[in-house]
Amino acid sequence: MTHSPLTPGLAAGRLDDVEYAENFSDLHPALDAHEALVAADRCYFCHDAPCITACPTDIDIPLFIRQIATGTPDAAAKTILSQNIMGGMCARVCPTETLCEEACVREKAEGKPVLIGQLQRYATDHLQDKGVHPFTRAAATGKRVAVVGAGPAGLACAHRLAMLGHEVVVMDARPKPGGLNEYGIAAYKTPEGFAQAEVDWLLGIGGISLQHDTALGRDVTLEGLKGDYDAVFLGMGLGGVNALAIDGGDKDGVRDAVDFIADLRQTSDLTTLPVGRDVVVIGGGMTAVDAAVQAKLLGALNVTLAYRRGRDRMNASVFEQDLAASKGVRIMTHVVPRAMHGNGAVREIEFEYVNPDMSGTGQTVRVAADQVLRAIGQLLVGEGLPDLAQGKIAVTGAGRTSVDGIWAGGDCASGGDDLTVTAVAEGRDAAMDIHESLTGAAV
Amino acid sequence: MADLTSDFVGIKSPNPFWLASAPPTDKEYNVRRAFEAGWGGVVWKTLGSEGPPVVNVNGPRYGAIYGADRRLLGLNNIELITDRDLYTNLEEIKRVKADYPDRAIVVSIMVPCEEAAWKAILPLVEDTGADGIELNFGCPHGMSERGMGAAVGQVPEYIEMVTRWCKQYYSKPVIVKLTPNITDIRKPAAAAKAGGADAVSLINTINSITSVNLDTMSPEPSIDGQGSHGGYCGPAVKPIAMSMVSEIARGEETRGIPISGIGGITTWRDAAEFITLGCGNVQVCTAAMTYGFKIVQEMISGLSDWMDEKGHTSVADFQGAAVPNVTDWQYLNLNYVAKAKINQDLCISCGRCFAACEDTSHQAISMSEGRVFEVIDGECVACNLCVNVCPVEDCITMEAMAPGTVDPRTGNVVEPDYANWTTHPNNPSATAAE
Repeated sequence: MTHSPLTPGLAAGRLDDVEYAENFSDLHPALDAHEALVAADRCYFCHDAPCITACPTDIDIPLFIRQIATGTPDAAAKTILSQNIMGGMCARVCPTETLCEEACVREKAEGKPVLIGQLQRYATDHLQDKGVHPFTRAAATGKRVAVVGAGPAGLACAHRLAMLGHEVVVMDARPKPGGLNEYGIAAYKTPEGFAQAEVDWLLGIGGISLQHDTALGRDVTLEGLKGDYDAVFLGMGLGGVNALAIDGGDKDGVRDAVDFIADLRQTSDLTTLPVGRDVVVIGGGMTAVDAAVQAKLLGALNVTLAYRRGRDRMNASVFEQDLAASKGVRIMTHVVPRAMHGNGAVREIEFEYVNPDMSGTGQTVRVAADQVLRAIGQLLVGEGLPDLAQGKIAVTGAGRTSVDGIWAGGDCASGGDDLTVTAVAEGRDAAMDIHESLTGAAV
Repeated sequence: MADLTSDFVGIKSPNPFWLASAPPTDKEYNVRRAFEAGWGGVVWKTLGSEGPPVVNVNGPRYGAIYGADRRLLGLNNIELITDRDLYTNLEEIKRVKADYPDRAIVVSIMVPCEEAAWKAILPLVEDTGADGIELNFGCPHGMSERGMGAAVGQVPEYIEMVTRWCKQYYSKPVIVKLTPNITDIRKPAAAAKAGGADAVSLINTINSITSVNLDTMSPEPSIDGQGSHGGYCGPAVKPIAMSMVSEIARGEETRGIPISGIGGITTWRDAAEFITLGCGNVQVCTAAMTYGFKIVQEMISGLSDWMDEKGHTSVADFQGAAVPNVTDWQYLNLNYVAKAKINQDLCISCGRCFAACEDTSHQAISMSEGRVFEVIDGECVACNLCVNVCPVEDCITMEAMAPGTVDPRTGNVVEPDYANWTTHPNNPSATAAE
């Protein structure tokens, strides 16, 4: 430990090895077999269960929980994975408190839902730890499909297509597959290389080839793909970030939160990652919280999350906000950054307090900041894409774009929440539609 | 605080909670701990004849059935009677009784079905100063293969004969413990009464296999890959025991014989229920084996509080209070009409009532927008299944229809008067109503 949380400026190694290990261990440790049975016993096996309705991928939750309760976790995993091939990741990153667990009748009855997310993880881990891939491919159709983006949408689409007998090529601009699962989610939600392990397991279906470092618009074109393949699915996510045009906004120490998180996810040694003493994160979404919490866990002395509206309007769930608060992140609301001060490197950020209608109040406040992370939203980049709607690829039905033969899903497509689970559902549903379109056969 | 003191066929104890003859009462050490914990009495684990004691298996003796969170609902055992020397037991009984004169000690006995065997052991037991004996005619495994236990309990003539011997050679109360592994529990009870028994106690354990190991194909508990039917007990057997108790309490030939109730009693409430069905006291085993002796404190406080609340000053006040209400089906009031009612404020919309009714009953619950579940009175036969499957206490209730109102299911006016099957027009052997 060469530095401490008190070291001014950007510095690595603020903590000792034990602290790093503790801070970045599993946020929710896995249930053991007994805990899983106890948790499963709480499920009422509701009729037409509201948790299923609340799940974007429509997992038959009461059935898989009953399968756990009766000692068949691998059968439970198949129930989950047949609807959501990334059920393992979703069990870790889904905001269950606003989805299945919010809908759980025991939440209504007692304020304590069945631990659906953790039970899902128990089941999927049980199967995946055995290295078993439970699905097999249908007879080859002879059709080839290009999938752009190896994130949750692209991989879910590719897996379903492969299962239906198609040949799939998945291209991704980054060196590793996984998309935001690999580069964009807080480390403590998916430790121990789970994202890559899940991709490897998913590819066990066969029939999917990966082309990394292949970006649309740089290495391949949509026209070219359309010509070379029978169908194209676009699931490349949002490659750009919104700019923050304020005085001093280009000072040293100011960067995008997504890059900060990606560096953190890709490093092999957390002690080498520099982090500020006084970190300010601008934004109110999941990315902002992930960045703020991890800055704190890396040893920052003070971390402030600054959001322009009230907490009730934050895209980050209440659970995420509480998590941030519990880790010592200060949440400021109704503030808009007006300027960054400092000689070369940022030293302070100046906010103006704003009214609910975003009009300024004239009152300002300066917050010490030697690192500022921007998390004010991401945007779609690319040219020659199908028609857009509100800055994303416009889709109708199961991901159909304005161009015949091109489908889209996940964060780059219009509609739906920007959640892993939503991306999986959209990729899966587009695959079904592509299959029907290529073979004329509804499944 | 209500007076819980108990006088069961002359045997006095500070409360009506006795430990049943079983492992918890096999030796001085355990019984002293039980008395220190507050148990009113014990039935000492069954003694056999003088000579080399029986031997037990050296593998698992118990098997179990679990509910949620491994809550033990049913236990079975293949343990035999005491495997300790007769004289060791007798000395211990004598010592403990001397030290705890206010507590009841009853000695359970099982010896071969020969007069000489009983004539030999009874004076030895009499000498201990114990308060009475209980004849183990119930043990369903092992001993029954040797012509004892349930093998005697299943033959009323043997019960009567052995009971007579005991009354002849022993001066204190004789309680006959009955096996439930029989078609009509009233027959052995009547035989005990005919033999002069002071009381019966029931139920002993039920023949059972708790589970089968699907890897080894051995029943559980498994002894080197094989299993034998054991005696089943615990909360799961309580309904069976209460029915048998009530049959004796109201039977023509058996009515009036004192009953010591046994079978899955786990809480004060279970005990109170057995007493309302005619029991003079109760015996507990599985609950103590599951949670330890301390549970008697809850039984004492719970029964006492309930008696205070109801104004009962002694156990005798409510003993048998439910017996007159146990009747044959044919005498149930067919003019009583009820309908299920769902309290929407309590409903958590799980839909289990709907699934149960729609799939397996009378399609009498509707499901509408927003997961609202309501009873369709025109279809509801008041079967109670929705009440039984609802996970929320008191959310669904059965409401009696007032006489004079019309049952929308049948279109009939609810009659104010009692009428049963014996006079029903559909009954081919109905007797005309007067």
